[in-house]
Amino acid sequence: MGLVDSEMETLIRSDYAEGFVTQIESDTLPPGLDESVIRTISSRKQEPEWMLEKRLAAYQFWLNMQEPDWATIRHPPIDFNGISYYSSPKKKPQLDSLDEVDPELLATYEKLGIPLEEQKALAGVAVDAVFDSVSVATTFRESLSEAGVIFCSMSEAIREYPSLVQQYMGTVVPHKDNFFAALNSAVFSDGTFVYIPRGVKCPMELSTYFRINEANTGQFERTLIIAEEGSQVSYLEGCTAPMRDENQLHAAVVELVALEDARIKYSTVQNWYPGDNQGRGGIYNFVTKRGDCRGDRSRISWTQVETGSAVTWKYPSCILRGKNSVGEFYSVAVTKGLQQADTGTKMIHIGENSHSTIVSKGISAMQGSNAYRGLVRVAAKAENARNHTQCDSLLIGDQCAAHTFPYIEVKNPTARVEHEATTSKVSEDQLFYCRQRGLTEENAVSMIVNGFCKEVFNELPMEFAVEAQKLLAVSLEGAVG
Amino acid sequence: MLSIKNLKASVDGKAILNGIDLEVNAGEVHAIMGPNGSGKSTLAHILSGRDGYTVNDGEVHYLGQNLLDLETEARAHRGIFLAMQYPVELPGVNNMTFLRESMNAIRKARGEAEIDAVSFMKQVRHRAKQVKLDEKLLKRSVNTGFSGGEKKRNEILQMMMLEPQLAILDETDSGLDIDALRTVADGVNLLRSPDRALIVVTHYQRLLDYIEPDFVHVLASGRVIRSGGKALALELEEKGYEWLQEGAVA
Repeated sequence: MGLVDSEMETLIRSDYAEGFVTQIESDTLPPGLDESVIRTISSRKQEPEWMLEKRLAAYQFWLNMQEPDWATIRHPPIDFNGISYYSSPKKKPQLDSLDEVDPELLATYEKLGIPLEEQKALAGVAVDAVFDSVSVATTFRESLSEAGVIFCSMSEAIREYPSLVQQYMGTVVPHKDNFFAALNSAVFSDGTFVYIPRGVKCPMELSTYFRINEANTGQFERTLIIAEEGSQVSYLEGCTAPMRDENQLHAAVVELVALEDARIKYSTVQNWYPGDNQGRGGIYNFVTKRGDCRGDRSRISWTQVETGSAVTWKYPSCILRGKNSVGEFYSVAVTKGLQQADTGTKMIHIGENSHSTIVSKGISAMQGSNAYRGLVRVAAKAENARNHTQCDSLLIGDQCAAHTFPYIEVKNPTARVEHEATTSKVSEDQLFYCRQRGLTEENAVSMIVNGFCKEVFNELPMEFAVEAQKLLAVSLEGAVG
Repeated sequence: MLSIKNLKASVDGKAILNGIDLEVNAGEVHAIMGPNGSGKSTLAHILSGRDGYTVNDGEVHYLGQNLLDLETEARAHRGIFLAMQYPVELPGVNNMTFLRESMNAIRKARGEAEIDAVSFMKQVRHRAKQVKLDEKLLKRSVNTGFSGGEKKRNEILQMMMLEPQLAILDETDSGLDIDALRTVADGVNLLRSPDRALIVVTHYQRLLDYIEPDFVHVLASGRVIRSGGKALALELEEKGYEWLQEGAVA
C-alpha cells in the first residue's frame, strides 16, 4: 500500500488550470460592512427604495446572528469586515452587443472555454455571464422574449420587473433563514432572474457562468427562478475562479418557485479554486439553495457536481408543498487535498403523495473530507409521502474521510422513507484489472470514479455531463494508486 | 517468446516461487498444473505485473525485453493478457465502453489508430456469440452482478477482442459447469495460432480435455517438478499430485 499511496499523491496533485487574473479596472468599495455600504450598493445599482429597505432589514437581523458551527468543516474565522462588498467592472458596457464588452473580459471567457459567441445558439444555450458583481453580457434575449421568458440580471429585474421580484424574492429563503442567507439578503451584488410564463416550455437551456475575479471581493449572488403553471425550464450554472492567495467568501442564495405542474431543473458544476496543497487560499462556499414546489404536481430537480472550493457548505433543498409534487437531488461532491465539503439536501414533505429522491455520491481523495448531511421531513398532513435516499461514498487512499448524517423526521404513519448508504474504496484489484487491460492508472481511476457517479451524470444535460466527466478526470488527476 | 530463468519470488517475506524455469515459444500451449499453494497463480500474477510480489532472483524475458522492468499496462500493450481467476466488478463502467477503451489504449500505445465504432460493434457482437455471452451483458457494468460463468465468458471475450501475443489463463475453469467449460475452451482454441502462445493455469485435468496442451508442467512448492507432454496431465488425473510430490522428495 505504501507505494500505492505515494503514487496516489502524485496523481492527485494537479494544478488548478483556471488560475489567472484578468487585468481590468474595477470600481471597488473599500473592505468593511455597515449601513452606508449597503446604501452605496443599493444606490450604485439604482435600486428602488423598497429594495434598500429589504437590504437594511436583513442587515439588522444579520448583526444579531451567529455563524453556524454544526457542519463538519474547519476554517479560520472569517473577517466579515475584511471583505469588500461591491466590485464592478468600470467600463460598464451596454448589453446590446458583444462588441461593446471589454475585450479583456471576453479573453477571460475564452481562456475558460466559454464561447459567448453564436456557437452557443447552435448548442441551444443562452448565456448570462456574471463577472464579479455585474452582468456584462446577455445573449439570446430575443428568442427568449418571443417565448415570453424573462432572463436577465437580478439588478435589471429589480428595476424592470419590480412587482415580480417583490412578490417572490425572499419567500423561499427569507433573510431570517440562516446567517449566510441574511448576509446575502443585505449585500447581494447581482445574479440571475428567470421568469417562465404559464404553459411555456423554455426554448433553450439557460446557463450562467460565474467568475470571481477581484481579490478580496466577496461575491453574493442572488438568483430567483419562477416557473408559472405548467411551464418548464432547465437552468445550468457553471463556475470557475482564478487562483488567489486569500480566501474568498461566496455566499449565494438561490430561490426556485414552481407553481402547478411546473418543472424546474437546476444543474450546477462548481469548480472554484480549492486552495493550494497546504490549504492556503481557496473559496469558501456557503450557499443557500432552495426550491418551493408550491403547486400540485410540480417538480424541482437539483443536480450538482462539486469539485472545487476549499470549504463547501451547501444543501439544495425542496419544499414539497403541492400535492403529488416531486423533489430530486443528485449530487457528486469531490474533495481532495485539504478540501472540505459538508453538503446534502433537505426534502420537506408537506403535500399529499409528494415524492422525493436523493442520490448522493461523495468522493474523497488525499486528506479530503466529505460529509453528506440530509434531512427528510414528513409533515403530519403529508399522506403517502415517499422518499428514497441513496448515499454512496468512495474513498481513494487511506487519509481521507467520509461522513454521513441522515436526519429523518416522520410525523405521518403512511410515509415510506428509505435510506441506503454504502462506502467503498477504489480497490487494488480494480486498478490491476484495468491496467492489465492496458489502461493507465489515471485512466482506470477516472473510469471507476465516473462509473461511481454515473447515476448523477445521467441527470445532467448532455453538454454538462461531458464537462463534468472531464472536470472529474482533471480533479482526480494524480489522485490514485 | 517467453523465457523464465530461475525465478524466485516472495510475498511479505514468504517465499512462493523457488526457482522456476520455463521456455514458451510462439504457437505453443503450455499447461501449468499443481496443487493449491504451489505457486501457479503467483506465477501468472508476476508475469502480468501485479503489485505485491517481490522478485528475489532470476530473469524473465519476453519478446527480447526484460519483462520485469515493464509496468503492468506496458505489458498489456505488448500483448500480454491475463484471464483472471476472479474477474473484478467495475460498477457503473459499461462493459463495452471498457473493452473499447482497453482496445484503444493498447492500439494507441502501439501507434495504431483507434478502432472505429462500427467495426468494434461488429466484432464484439461476433465474439460475444462465439463465447455465448448474452448481448445484454455487454451493456451492463463490467462483471457487475454477473454469474461466475458469465464473468469467465466475459474474460474470454476480452481476450478474443484484444488478440494477445501471450495469453495466460488463471484457473479459468474453476467454477464452470461443463457447458461453460466447453464454450470457454472453444474460444481459447479459436485463438490458437502459430504466432501466439498460451499458458493455461489449472488445478484439474478436465480443461485440458478441451484445450489440448503441447506441454504440461507440474508445479509444487514453487518449482517445476515435472514437465512432459499431454500424457502427463492424464497420468496426474489418475495418480494425483501426491505421486509426483513424493517422487520429487525421493
